[in-house]
Amino acid sequence: MYAQMVKSTGKALLSREEMSPQERAFQDRIDQGEKIEPKDWMPEGYRKNLIRQIGQHAHSEIVGQLPEGNWITRAPTLERKANLLAKVQDEAGHGLYLYCAAETLGVSRDQLFEMLHTGKMKYSSIFNYPTLTWADMGAVGWLVDGAAIMNQVPLQRTSYGPYARAMVRICKEESFHQRQGFQIMLTMANGTEDQKRMAQDALNRFWYPALMMFGPSDKDSVHSAQSMAWKIKMNTNDELRQKFVDETVPQAEFLGLTVPDEHLTWNEDTGHYDYSEPDWNEFFDVISGNGPCNTERLEARKMAWDDGAWVREGMLAHARKSQARKAAAE
Amino acid sequence: MTEALFEFLLRQGDNSLVLGHRVSEWCGVAPALEEDIALANTALDLIGQTRLWLEYAAEVEGKGRSADDLAFLRDAYDFRNMLLVELPNKDFGQTLMRQFLFDAFQVPWLTALKSSSDQHIADIASKSLQEALYHLERSRDTVIALGDGTKESNARMQEALDRLWPYAGEVFRDDEIDIAMAKKHIAPRPSEIRQTWDATLKETFEAAYLTLSEDRFAHSGGRTGQRHTEHLGHMLATMQVLQRSYPGATW
Ligand SMILES: [Fe+2]
Ligand SMILES: [Fe+2]
Repeated sequence: MYAQMVKSTGKALLSREEMSPQERAFQDRIDQGEKIEPKDWMPEGYRKNLIRQIGQHAHSEIVGQLPEGNWITRAPTLERKANLLAKVQDEAGHGLYLYCAAETLGVSRDQLFEMLHTGKMKYSSIFNYPTLTWADMGAVGWLVDGAAIMNQVPLQRTSYGPYARAMVRICKEESFHQRQGFQIMLTMANGTEDQKRMAQDALNRFWYPALMMFGPSDKDSVHSAQSMAWKIKMNTNDELRQKFVDETVPQAEFLGLTVPDEHLTWNEDTGHYDYSEPDWNEFFDVISGNGPCNTERLEARKMAWDDGAWVREGMLAHARKSQARKAAAE
Repeated sequence: MTEALFEFLLRQGDNSLVLGHRVSEWCGVAPALEEDIALANTALDLIGQTRLWLEYAAEVEGKGRSADDLAFLRDAYDFRNMLLVELPNKDFGQTLMRQFLFDAFQVPWLTALKSSSDQHIADIASKSLQEALYHLERSRDTVIALGDGTKESNARMQEALDRLWPYAGEVFRDDEIDIAMAKKHIAPRPSEIRQTWDATLKETFEAAYLTLSEDRFAHSGGRTGQRHTEHLGHMLATMQVLQRSYPGATW
């Protein structure tokens, strides 16, 4: 999940009686499965929550380029290099769709960048973990894109039209990324002793951070009810996490790798795996800026933005000059 | 003859491999999201072209090496790319200026290779040309925009041009490989392309308010492999690390 700690506007879920007639009509449209479009009336809280969620998601896509970009120059074959480049290019494209969706809510991309750079907006905790071996390119595709899909497939039905449509495009590409990641893992897991070791090590390091992607446990997740009523959140964190574990464990078995959880067991009664919770203290550390790579990731983005200022200004000045020249010629 | 053809194919493949690698170093840190996408796309095209050229090179060589063997297991002195493409990225201006100088050559060059007497080369050229045309359109527009843009962007683009200019002319110095290819009608002599290249540069730099030096000095040694810059070795150390560290592994 790329938007894992979206703070809602703070108000508790309104009952029907507490709603204004406009709010009631709005909620009715959502309950009937209608899509809300940019020009439609919407409660301020809905708009604000969506901006936070879509913005966080967009930031995750672009910060997410960095841990994988870390291996593009070291990809071991021409084919892997091309695949990884294509994947990272897709992620930048996802960022673009999402910033466009956010813009329909009245916030510009530059404003959102500003909030990312000043720490007012977050991105997914997962991208604050380092990528240390080539197997991490497998683990990231398999687990991280895999977890993203769990969250984003239901969001294709989210109530806000532009967000839902962006999700449809994104989901197609994410499942491709996941397959590609799994292929890398499969090759490594069936490779030399060194490669097997790298594959297991990557799973060890990425398993719990991947589980954290779904956000805190439902009992500690205070912001969900209103978002679910507005259908900008479709499932609870624990539901999605369970689904992810249930789908991923057999894949790990197929790879011949061991999920780093000694309490992991199939539960006949529930029809689900029982698993250990991630270390939530670590999660809150990462969220509050103390993950292994928070400083470097943000530094890289800020440096790119600052170093690129002259380019953006130059492009803009040229566009204005060309327009003026064109006007003068007419 | 086979040896000359092999060398010729390495020159094509190594140009796209080395430039593709350089461009890919921009991943995630470009000046704008659109540029991230465009640079990744350029790198992707170039790596795709590399595969076509090096696969054919490996086939012509006939020693059982693959395109990946050629890319990941040769040392710097066996690389045959022009020096221009191995120079470090520096700022976005230098990256795009280098791209423009390359694209302005690559378009007429691939256009000529489309009529190669070697059908395989003609096929690779005609596929690559579509991409090169798009790259040239983009790099040319960017050079013009930034040359025209602000005082700072103009100064930076002029600096980029001055810095890269001594590396731009290497490709036009015909050598025995070029002459052998021309005799077989496999490729024209690169010097025959110079006029078209000069015209593109003149027209572009005029529109970009940039001044082209009259100096025709050109460093050489890349496409012959006689003397690369110090930068190539570092690039290969990064690029080849896995293949070198784990010989024989499948990835
Ligand atoms: Fe994505
Ligand atoms: Fe993805």
